[in-house]
Amino acid sequence: MTSQVSSPINEEHEGPAPSLGAPVGALGEQRTSGKQTRRLDRVIIRFAGDSGDGMQLTGDRFTSETASFGNDLSTLPNFPAEIRAPAGTLPGVSSFQLHFADHDILTPGDAPDVLVAMNPAALKANLADVPRGGEIIVNTDEFTKRAMAKVGYGANPLEDGSLEAYAVHPVPLTTLTLEALKDSGLARKDAERAKNMFALGLLSWMYHRPTEGTESFLRKKFAKKPDIAEANVAAFRAGWNFGETTEDFAVSYEVAPATSAFPAGTYRNISGNLALAYGLIASSSRSGLPLFLGSYPITPASDILHELSRHKNFGVRTFQAEDEIAAIGAALGAAFGGSLAVTTTSGPGVALKSETIGLAVSLELPLLVVDIQRGGPSTGMPTKTEQADLLQAMYGRNGEAPVPIVAPATPAECFTAALEAARIAVAYRTPVMLLSDGYLANGSEPWRVPDVDELPDLHVEFASGPNHTAADGTETFWPYLRDPETLARPWAVPGTPGLEHRIGGIEKQDGTGNISYDPANHDFMVRTRQAKIDGITVPDIEVDDPSGAARTLVLGWGSTYGPITAAVRRIRREGGLVAQAHLRHLNPFPANLGSVLAGYDKVLVPEMNLGQLAHLIRAKYLVDARSYTQVTGLPFKAEQLAQAIAKENADV
Amino acid sequence: MSEAVASPLASSTALSLVPKAVGVQSMKDFKSDQEVRWCPGCGDYAILAAVQSFMPELGLARENVVFVSGIGCSSRFPYYMNTYGMHSIHGRAPAIATGLAASRRDLSVWVVTGDGDALSIGGNHLIHALRRNVNLKILLFNNRIYGLTKGQYSPTSEVGKITKSTPMGSLDAPFNPLSLAIGAEASFVARTIDSDRKHLQSVLRAAAAHEGTALVEIYQNCNIFNDGAFDVLKDKSTAESALIRLEHGAPIRFGPEGAARGVVRDPRTGDLAVVDVTPENEADLLVHDAHSPSPTHAFALSRLTDGTAFGAGAATPMGVFRDVARPVYETDMAEQLESAVTRQGQGDLAKLLAGNDTWTVVG
Repeated sequence: MTSQVSSPINEEHEGPAPSLGAPVGALGEQRTSGKQTRRLDRVIIRFAGDSGDGMQLTGDRFTSETASFGNDLSTLPNFPAEIRAPAGTLPGVSSFQLHFADHDILTPGDAPDVLVAMNPAALKANLADVPRGGEIIVNTDEFTKRAMAKVGYGANPLEDGSLEAYAVHPVPLTTLTLEALKDSGLARKDAERAKNMFALGLLSWMYHRPTEGTESFLRKKFAKKPDIAEANVAAFRAGWNFGETTEDFAVSYEVAPATSAFPAGTYRNISGNLALAYGLIASSSRSGLPLFLGSYPITPASDILHELSRHKNFGVRTFQAEDEIAAIGAALGAAFGGSLAVTTTSGPGVALKSETIGLAVSLELPLLVVDIQRGGPSTGMPTKTEQADLLQAMYGRNGEAPVPIVAPATPAECFTAALEAARIAVAYRTPVMLLSDGYLANGSEPWRVPDVDELPDLHVEFASGPNHTAADGTETFWPYLRDPETLARPWAVPGTPGLEHRIGGIEKQDGTGNISYDPANHDFMVRTRQAKIDGITVPDIEVDDPSGAARTLVLGWGSTYGPITAAVRRIRREGGLVAQAHLRHLNPFPANLGSVLAGYDKVLVPEMNLGQLAHLIRAKYLVDARSYTQVTGLPFKAEQLAQAIAKENADV
Repeated sequence: MSEAVASPLASSTALSLVPKAVGVQSMKDFKSDQEVRWCPGCGDYAILAAVQSFMPELGLARENVVFVSGIGCSSRFPYYMNTYGMHSIHGRAPAIATGLAASRRDLSVWVVTGDGDALSIGGNHLIHALRRNVNLKILLFNNRIYGLTKGQYSPTSEVGKITKSTPMGSLDAPFNPLSLAIGAEASFVARTIDSDRKHLQSVLRAAAAHEGTALVEIYQNCNIFNDGAFDVLKDKSTAESALIRLEHGAPIRFGPEGAARGVVRDPRTGDLAVVDVTPENEADLLVHDAHSPSPTHAFALSRLTDGTAFGAGAATPMGVFRDVARPVYETDMAEQLESAVTRQGQGDLAKLLAGNDTWTVVG
């Protein structure tokens, strides 16, 4: 076992690899035979540096290289809310973790095998996560007395022996970058900024990543500043060559493409927010309704606004409103006019939108409310993940105002979740909550690009004529006359002759929609609106219980899918029994959920909140669901969940 | 079936995209079957009748007219119009109407709101609708009191107002709605009064013909909680010397024969002042220019009254203060959509989903 191996399933082939092809890319030919190549089945890398060091970009590029190479992968960007926290401080550290493998993987990994630390703060903030034996690449240039003192290092950790347990590669990244760019004509400050590309080049060499993509990316990104583009490419190549030539890096590693992990198809890498934006555009296309987004910038949801703003050629209207309330208000107005209306936000924004969501419940118009959950309460931790808006989504309105809830389990699943939310909204004429979170939003994974024709048909019929005959025989239009099956009311859009009608937030009479304060009518309308949501058809929940003999069921929802599944695999590998089920619909619950729960002695519900799903499950099904919770702003680790499941199993 | 009436208004640029009515419309066509439930004697009745009898003049297809309101007495208005309508939530009508208008340029969208709805809880949405210049006609019924919640002071109540919530008198300085609107870059600002149907309709006419957001303040009497708030402007004996009827291109003068008064600009401060008209100063009277690109003139006019003290030598201008052309939000939005298609081509979903960086797994 070498430092690269952090899991018993890792296989390793020592010695020179028999037939290693040169890596794809322009630099491939430069590889010499003097170095050793080892084959690994998976690797976890963490890039860490100052907020201004470009670690997210570095991570994104390594991810793109890895995706195009064909590995399965999962990423975890982790950055402070401050755009540029004070340089060199612990709060200013930004990191990007990437897990890639030759088989299917589910999480960004518990602990990094390799840490790239661009300064003392990055080392100090991340060291505790690196297992003993792990590799650490440090930028020695930044280990000045002052920089070390800033984060509380009395002595230089690179020299005082405190890192003895790790395989440390001290590299003067800044000096080497400046040396590589000395003929570039760039000012020192500009040249120095390319050091992240030097690091990326080095890591690309270490892991045989293809390099063409990064070079063309850099040339495109800095198209207007060709000297900067060339400097970054030069730094990137210098990093690659440094790995190739220096003796400190004697070994490089190969992780084969994860061909067998994926069904046949065309794949790309995709983040949750991008998948969600694409899902909205696809919903518009499949329903034939123009997309209208009303949004107010908020972390971590803003990227959906940015992305949709770029696709006006799909007829997408994006409206950056004056506040969260106006954002959903404009969306609701567009829904009245016949658009596929969406508002995107995070927890604090949902709180502000509550009254308008209630209005949408009362108006019975289709509306998608996308909540990219983050750490709360209040402003909380804007860039960290959490699942603590479930009860807000479920109950956070005045009066009885039921709203369906859909929650994707992985970044790529945000695409199908958007289509599913749109299906429900349009078919049942209701606002729908789509609960993603910061981890899904920014994390990425490979996605099989779907065939457009296999996407669901969301076609909708607007009301076009009278639907009621009055006692005197006149044909009239009743805006609240329901479809007997779905209980949906007609969607009659302005511009339709003869269907002029008024709707509002005041209680209305069943059928006519006229204002009504009649006690029996109100009771009926409240129950009918609830029955409509309760009656939404959602797919049954699937249970993964290969042996059929498990007595504990782990039930999850949302982004905990990855860590829960990884934990369940660990338990089973060690001979343990456990069943797993994951909810994509939280309101209404799948029809078979009650019987699934009744089939197990124990139900364990891991959540990144204080037990909100467990609360709903216990209330509805009277089962003794047990919570396992964490609210650190970070996703669960697989090992941690495996232990929790094992403990539960031991008590059975 | 009679011929469609060629209304000069219907052919204005502001309404060019809205389908026209077939046949002659009458006031009756715009009355819904709902029983009107305002207090007997409320100024809202007069405004409703004025709007209903004005709408046929627009000659628009009734199904393409939408009234959106917030919460308050005035906000029941949409229920009484036989058009499409939405009675929404407190203060949010401008936001909701913005989404509707931005996504449906074939609609004529009207917002009905009150002083509490528009200037208190919904103040933010009002100013942002005005700055964006969305093609909305906003009718702000200003009765300077909260009626529906039974008589608390509003953001246009005079300082010291004794109400249920201010037994010792209100402390807050009021908003001047027109000054606020002009400060928010409004392209059309006007004032009228519930009791003068002819004037009210002349202002509606100008608002309807305006491209962009039109803010029309309508002084409206609440005979239950703030009765007589505008009596000075209504009583024939006082109105003549208290009310200025603005006419574009005409010198600003008012008052009875023999006691004519007028508005001049103080050359030292630039402020406006009301003076007795004399043969010497007659040539100095300010000429009203509603189309002046600079908002200075309209703003100065809006400051002639603070909107609370109408008597005692003050004079209240009525009519169109400002009516200027400015880019219209949804027109520009539509142009961006078109130019995106020109530049990027019609959206291709399969191409979008695949992106530029794919790999293939062979089964």
